[in-house]
Amino acid sequence: MKARVLVRLKTGILDAQGVTVQRALDGLGFHEVRDVRVGKVLDLDLDAASAGDARRRLEEMCARLLVNQVIEDFTIEMSGDGPLPADGAKGRLTSSVKGDTGSP
Amino acid sequence: MNFGVVVFPGTWSDCDFHYVIGEVLRQPVRYVWHRETNLEGFDCLVLPGGFSYGDYLRAGAIAGRSPVVAALPDFVNAGGLVLGSCNGFQILCEAGLLPGALMRNECLQYRCQSTNLLVENNETTFTRAMRVGQVLKMPISHGEGKYYADRDTLRRLKDNGQIVFRYCTEDGRLGKEANPNGSLEHIAGVVNEAGTVLGLMPHPERAAESALGGTDGVMIFHSLLGSLVEDGSLSKR
Repeated sequence: MKARVLVRLKTGILDAQGVTVQRALDGLGFHEVRDVRVGKVLDLDLDAASAGDARRRLEEMCARLLVNQVIEDFTIEMSGDGPLPADGAKGRLTSSVKGDTGSP
Repeated sequence: MNFGVVVFPGTWSDCDFHYVIGEVLRQPVRYVWHRETNLEGFDCLVLPGGFSYGDYLRAGAIAGRSPVVAALPDFVNAGGLVLGSCNGFQILCEAGLLPGALMRNECLQYRCQSTNLLVENNETTFTRAMRVGQVLKMPISHGEGKYYADRDTLRRLKDNGQIVFRYCTEDGRLGKEANPNGSLEHIAGVVNEAGTVLGLMPHPERAAESALGGTDGVMIFHSLLGSLVEDGSLSKR
């Protein structure tokens, strides 16, 4: 089963990298860009009896290693029947859930 | 006092700490490989700086889940002391042994420079040889040292006196110009609630001999040694 974990800095936390990318875009003439947030994509291929099982395990992975919940939020995207589409493509993602945003 | 210097793949300040503890302070010390979990016999474990696991995923993330770090809570509960510097501080935060997180420097630059540290609390095992308001000079060398904690955590840190060091000017003033990485409230080092685990971004082991530009880093070790002699725990172990 394929899964994709998207990790982002929590809203309200300054993303120094994103600010710098936004400024660089502005320098290239893309003045319409107001804000950039840089995140991480983790693509996982895992064995699971069901999508529900996989999701529970992925949430545990996020809590224990993949995400630092002091500063980051996560989203899990899953596809039970084949590879996930390329970045930005639509259609085959079957579900998506927002990570816990509470304080640690 | 028995010291252990923990070594992960990618640690780089291990030899410096080992040298300072063994040769400058003349204390028994040995390296501890990251797979070791029997920490019996140690009084203090040091998590040195470096790039454990290449900083993959996040700085300190993978080392923070290693066998030796998993054994630290029991070690600390049994009275053991832990000192984490630079990557060691990042690892302690990642492992939840210290509150907060270390993020990319606000300036986006890797900062390798001398810093001044204001001593905020001298009632911990690591700082009792210092004076509150004293300014110590120690170098930093990191790209991800901006301390962050949410509002509730910050309040708890203040209420419990857990903020031990802040970046300051040479004459002890706090301000943006003295803060090398954008750390929240200029925080450079914090302790756990019990005061038995210290994490700081600066490198005390690189300020331990006058030939290398200063000896202020040694005051942390003098505090440690003084504490153990005074309360008798050194002779008990």
